[in-house]
Amino acid sequence: MARIFAYIAHKNGMADDSAVELLAAAKKVDAAASPTAIVTGLGANLDAVCSTLRASYGEVWKVASEALAYPNAELIRKALVKIVPAGSIMLIAHEHFGIDLAPGLSIKLNAAFVSDVLAIDGIEGSNLKVVRQEFGGQVSAHVRCDISSGAVITVRPGAFKPTEGVALGGTVVDKSSEVSALTAGRRYLQTVVAEAGDVDITKHNVLVSIGRGIQEKDNVSIAQDLADALGAAVSCSRPVVDAKWLEKSRQVGSSGKTVKPKVYLACGISGAFQHLAGIKGNPFIIAINKNPKAPIFQAADVGIVDDILEFLPEFTNKVREMHSVSAK
Amino acid sequence: MEILVCARRVPDTSENEIALNSDGNDIERDELVYSINEPDNYAVEEALQIVARVGGNVTVATVGAEDDEEILRREMAMGANHGVLITDDAFAGSDARGIATILKAFVQKGSYDLILTGVQAEDGGAQVGGMLAALLDYPFASLVNSIEVVDGEKLKISREIEGGNKEISGIDLPCVLSIQTGINEPRYVGMKGIRQVASIPIPTYGATELALGASTVGAAAAKVTRVDYFVPALGKSAEMLEGTREENIEKLLELVAAKGGLK
Amino acid sequence: MIGLQSNAQLTSWLTQGQVLFLLIHILGVVCFAYIVAKRLEPLVRGQRDLRFDQPLARLGRVFKFWLGQWKHPRYRVAGTLHILIFAGFILLAMRAFTVLIVGVSQNFVMPGLSGRAGPIYNTVTDYAATVVFLCMVFAIVRRLVFKPSRYAVPARYGKAHTADAVFLLALIAILMVADSLFAAAKAAAESQQGRPLEVLAVFSLPWMLQSALASTSIPILGRLYFSGYLLHEVTFYFLLCYRPFGIQFHVETSLFNVYFSKLNRGTLKPVRLGVSDEHLDQVKSFGVKTFEDFTWKHMLDFYSCADCGRCSDNCPANAAGRPLSPRFISIKARDYAFQHYPMFGHAGNGKPLVGSKESGGIYSEDEIWSCTTCGACEEECPLLVEYIDKIVDLRRGMIDDGNVPQSLQKPLKALESRGNPYGKMEKKRGDWANAKDFQQNCRVKTLDKQNGADTLYFADSITSYDDRMQSIGRATAKILDHVGEKFGILGAAERDSGHEVRRFGEETLFMALRDHNVDAIKASGVNRIVTADPHAYNALKHDYKNVPFVEHISQVIAREVKSGKIKFNPLEDEKNVYTYHDPCYLGRHNQIYDDPRDVLDAIPNLERVEMTRSRDRSFCCGGGGLMLFYEPKEDERIGVKRVRMAAEAGANVIVTACPFCMVNIEDAIKVAGLEGKMTAIDLAELVDQQIARETQEVA
Repeated sequence: MARIFAYIAHKNGMADDSAVELLAAAKKVDAAASPTAIVTGLGANLDAVCSTLRASYGEVWKVASEALAYPNAELIRKALVKIVPAGSIMLIAHEHFGIDLAPGLSIKLNAAFVSDVLAIDGIEGSNLKVVRQEFGGQVSAHVRCDISSGAVITVRPGAFKPTEGVALGGTVVDKSSEVSALTAGRRYLQTVVAEAGDVDITKHNVLVSIGRGIQEKDNVSIAQDLADALGAAVSCSRPVVDAKWLEKSRQVGSSGKTVKPKVYLACGISGAFQHLAGIKGNPFIIAINKNPKAPIFQAADVGIVDDILEFLPEFTNKVREMHSVSAK
Repeated sequence: MEILVCARRVPDTSENEIALNSDGNDIERDELVYSINEPDNYAVEEALQIVARVGGNVTVATVGAEDDEEILRREMAMGANHGVLITDDAFAGSDARGIATILKAFVQKGSYDLILTGVQAEDGGAQVGGMLAALLDYPFASLVNSIEVVDGEKLKISREIEGGNKEISGIDLPCVLSIQTGINEPRYVGMKGIRQVASIPIPTYGATELALGASTVGAAAAKVTRVDYFVPALGKSAEMLEGTREENIEKLLELVAAKGGLK
Repeated sequence: MIGLQSNAQLTSWLTQGQVLFLLIHILGVVCFAYIVAKRLEPLVRGQRDLRFDQPLARLGRVFKFWLGQWKHPRYRVAGTLHILIFAGFILLAMRAFTVLIVGVSQNFVMPGLSGRAGPIYNTVTDYAATVVFLCMVFAIVRRLVFKPSRYAVPARYGKAHTADAVFLLALIAILMVADSLFAAAKAAAESQQGRPLEVLAVFSLPWMLQSALASTSIPILGRLYFSGYLLHEVTFYFLLCYRPFGIQFHVETSLFNVYFSKLNRGTLKPVRLGVSDEHLDQVKSFGVKTFEDFTWKHMLDFYSCADCGRCSDNCPANAAGRPLSPRFISIKARDYAFQHYPMFGHAGNGKPLVGSKESGGIYSEDEIWSCTTCGACEEECPLLVEYIDKIVDLRRGMIDDGNVPQSLQKPLKALESRGNPYGKMEKKRGDWANAKDFQQNCRVKTLDKQNGADTLYFADSITSYDDRMQSIGRATAKILDHVGEKFGILGAAERDSGHEVRRFGEETLFMALRDHNVDAIKASGVNRIVTADPHAYNALKHDYKNVPFVEHISQVIAREVKSGKIKFNPLEDEKNVYTYHDPCYLGRHNQIYDDPRDVLDAIPNLERVEMTRSRDRSFCCGGGGLMLFYEPKEDERIGVKRVRMAAEAGANVIVTACPFCMVNIEDAIKVAGLEGKMTAIDLAELVDQQIARETQEVA
């Protein structure tokens, strides 16, 4: 059985949530495997991450290098090619870094590549069977991947629930010396932080979130009215920002903000994965959508099939009534 | 600057209902409307804007069959200088690496400074651009939402990362970039423009011209195969409120209050 | 004055100036000819326009609109003023010419005025000059003190036009004074000398000046006589040569503008006049991009605009705060013409008209997309300036260049691939007729080779696909059923009529939709079409050729009410007050105002009021078709303004006969906060609700 590796991203000394998810995915590939975590970076932050990962992974490979202080996928790919043995299975989280790193890595390792995997069914002969989605999540597909010369697999964040496990106390192996003189045709310059809008949606406990179903800019006020009545904030999915109905600072999703509210009202939102990826902390999700088949109803706790343009104003009125009654 | 955009014709997700066909081995394609993959369209618009600023040509290529020519014509109506159809029975069944291999052979027949693809297509793979770059040994960047030409040798680009932040990098030419939607506002392609390019001959490239054998492309060489399509049994899904609107509102109010959602 | 016997002394006063006067004549005429030639230069470079047909009909319009000042009374005060001024000018024309010629040929008398007609004419023109003078004074005071709002110039269009307007009004007043002074000085001199004189009209301006000069010495009178003449001549020629530099050019161009005005209301200008649809692929560039892409008649329109502001005063987009003011479409284009075709120097700059100021543009994109094509501007304009064709041509140019707002690209793409702007599947287009409960009462057949009918009910896209509007379709079907009409629908074979596609400038897509529909209609074998959608009605009637006779459902209902086939149950909600909102494409564009009203008035217990803005002054609901997808920048929604008008009229139910009006009005009721206080209903829905049907006998 091929060796399984998981590339772990990190920030400010903290490992990404995907660290334990990739571990769970690796167990699905081979229940008996002891996957190795790989982390790159520099200094105290890198060491802190390695310490944390030792609790879950039997072996942690550390690659420290000046060049890798900022995670530049082009450089990291070159580093990985030097240390990952041929025929290995490499697991990476499917988000902005993984998308950047993984496809090219599969070519350089001469391994097969499957992206955005939701479920792993197991190995059959020299094939790994996985489940993916297509057409924006409207259909699923079983996919067969020949892993005889290894594989690079990106895993959908949140698809694999971390398993309870015994704290392992793994070893940290320093692989830095095997990686020297890294150069690439792409050089990191700086990060431009998104402009803070007037409202910080990450700080709110209740969010009234709108999607394409709001239909036009003028209807955004319907959501704002409800938010005002609830003491909440209005957030949205990507299409609303693309249409310029709300600023980018209101976007919840993998390319927007990550929010951790207590209550999340998904109004006219279809439930595409990229949006749901921005909701953490297991809030109470209420979905209201005209389309009974919208994927959001899989992710929500409570669902209502209705037209938000009619439902929300009535709901707002009821909330206001309640407040005026309780105020008496 | 010579720019190549690798594009793909896909079922238009906004104007179609995607459902499984009766055999269960594919989606129902009879009444589907096809168009260019949306991120690829943004890529072509970006390419057009770049050559408007610095001069050059835009070529749009697709690996497919005769039906796929329509997107090449549409992008030529938009302003692309050349359209190329890369087609051969031998290419059928290729996986993403196979497609990237085919594109690599085509790229090496020409001399392109910049290669653009859309960040992903309908299969959500987001893979061909990165693979192509690695096969060519060109630098690569994905999720690009801004391109600035510094000079004939390098670009300054911005990538979309978490929280709406932007990662700014310098990248050497020639390179491959995968383009994210929203990078620009694509111009409208009118029916008149499409009719005007309807009879322009579109050159084709096959396995022979590209010197590609069955060991690297086609179904036999594919390591990744889709076995079927299915609609998963609905797992734990939402508790649906089935009453009248008033009843639903009452129930919802209770639930929201219970979860701490009412001040 | 005219026909005076020669008086050596008086004429000697003029003779001194003969050479001077002649020189001024020559200078004035030559300058004017040069200026006019320069003004014609861009017209020569413009696109062709076919306006030379039907001379009798055109002359008729000249009589009605130019001579008859037909549109002017729509604004009572300004209209009356202008009619008086215009009449005065017409009457004074011969007098003015005579005065001018007398300076060089003292005994000149206008042919026909040498006998008894002369003094009568003089009296009439004495009063005419007085009236014109008083009108000038009144007009100046009105401009400076009362400042009607429609003359105001919003900051983004530049400085106010008041100074120039007052200047010109003052000059005309001076012209009247000069003429009167000339006549008065002469009359005063003659009266002192005891000569037989013509009597100046009592209390006229010349008469009053004469009274003032009664005891002035003869030498001074002589100088006043000379000065009055010179002032008259100089002012006349100054005005003549100055008018082509501003809005007063309409004095010269108005007759031509009315003569060449559009005869066939409701049709749109083709992409290129003289090029048929089949040969359009030879035309490389569609629409108006540079100034010279306008036709010569459109350029003449720009010259003829009198800056009266009536168009913008009635424009719903303007009222809502959108960046469109039809008046400034004309004024800016006129200024462009003046700037790029100057008196001396070179012409044109070939830059696109639509674009930022830095790039040489005079219109913004939003300005051109904001128009709902309601036609209120064209309805008001006293000079018959055309706007819709120009807006459509400018849109054609933007579409040709790919310059289309993202919000419109999606519905256009959907129209191309699915034949409707919503992107819904073609095969579902006829599903509205299969609603379970409805089907039991009314079977609507889909026309095909096996199933034919006399009449086609053309539903069009919104009625077919929009949940709310489908009820209009069902109500219409039930009405047709009730009157025994043998009808069917095209169902999945129908495509969008393309009415707004065309008016948004996508001519090629429109032709594709039209050709598809025409084939489907022909294949169905119907000999009549009925629709409940005024946009479809207008398209089938004017944009489509070779289709059967088409009617709107309101016409059918009105006819069957008269024939007795439709009888109504009395309304039970006696406390409601109804008002009818005229849809633009039923009312203004096709003049169907009375049929819907007759239908409403035939319903017992229905109390109906008229809004102030009704019939041809109806205020657009906000627009239909693609306009529903456009996201304008505006202060207040057009529909909201309309709903408030209904409330002001005392109504709480708005009846309309167009599905787009229904969308906008129902939406506006919510936005205006009038939910529960105001409702809207379609005419077909109301009729279907109230038709007295025989109850089914229990078997």
